Amino acid sequence: MFRKSLSMNPRKKPPCVAGLALALLIAAQWPATALAADTSPAAQLQHWSTQAGSPGNAQRGQTFFNTRHGAEWSCASCHGTPPTAQGKHANTGKSISPLAPAFNPKAFTDTAKVDKWFRRNCNDVLSRECSAGEKADVLAYLNSLK
Amino acid sequence: MGAAHADGGRMMPSSIPPAYTAECAACHTGYAPGLLPARSWARIMSGLDQHYGSDASLDPATVKALSGWLQANAGTYKRVAEEPPQDRITRSAWFERKHRKVDDPAVWKLASVKSAANCAACHTGADKGRFDDDNLQFPAGLPLRFRLAFMD
Repeated sequence: MFRKSLSMNPRKKPPCVAGLALALLIAAQWPATALAADTSPAAQLQHWSTQAGSPGNAQRGQTFFNTRHGAEWSCASCHGTPPTAQGKHANTGKSISPLAPAFNPKAFTDTAKVDKWFRRNCNDVLSRECSAGEKADVLAYLNSLK
Repeated sequence: MGAAHADGGRMMPSSIPPAYTAECAACHTGYAPGLLPARSWARIMSGLDQHYGSDASLDPATVKALSGWLQANAGTYKRVAEEPPQDRITRSAWFERKHRKVDDPAVWKLASVKSAANCAACHTGADKGRFDDDNLQFPAGLPLRFRLAFMD
């Protein structure tokens, strides 16, 4: 059956200006949380390796990832081991997307997000920020998982 | 005024800031703002670096935006007006009363539940602020004797 394209429809309604204005107002109030894809897992590994002055080491990263650093949790407590499948928050049970980039195309693609979660999670696991060397090792480990 | 009326009820407002989903609901159920009074939300948002044992710190702009939304939509109806101990939803008098028949701590610690804060383990509409009995599901491994509690 023949159909007119929408753009030629004489009864086409004008866009709802009030709705559009509200959407813009809301967008202005709520800061964007993710500037998607401004980095990559390989770039993150490079970044932290450069900061540390030596290349990340996957073996060290694996040990670091699975170790409780004197407290209740390890990285693996929530992300699983190996972190190639969906994880589960140790307290709440909320599911967490796989951390290894080969199993999650969004992992380590947003600089602000990477920085934020390293800050939060290192504080939770180690009661301090992680060093550049530790982050490089973790990235080397995660990038090695296929 | 637009679609998001601040009526203080327990339903999730029709528009949710993307940051709320990305930051808060990444770790736990995205609780409807109406489940706590404004002063509880204010305390929670002023101490995100020590958020019930976790570092949930955010940049100041996001904290400000989310605080505004939580304050505008906080619970004002009678049941929620009281500030629960530690600003925990699960310590509210109404929460304890509604769950009084789930009186074995082992139920809350089931692998499929983890904790009382995991509303969605049983309330399938939790992230929309819907807690009616017809949206309930038995969590895996729930002992038979507790299934009656769901009918109440």
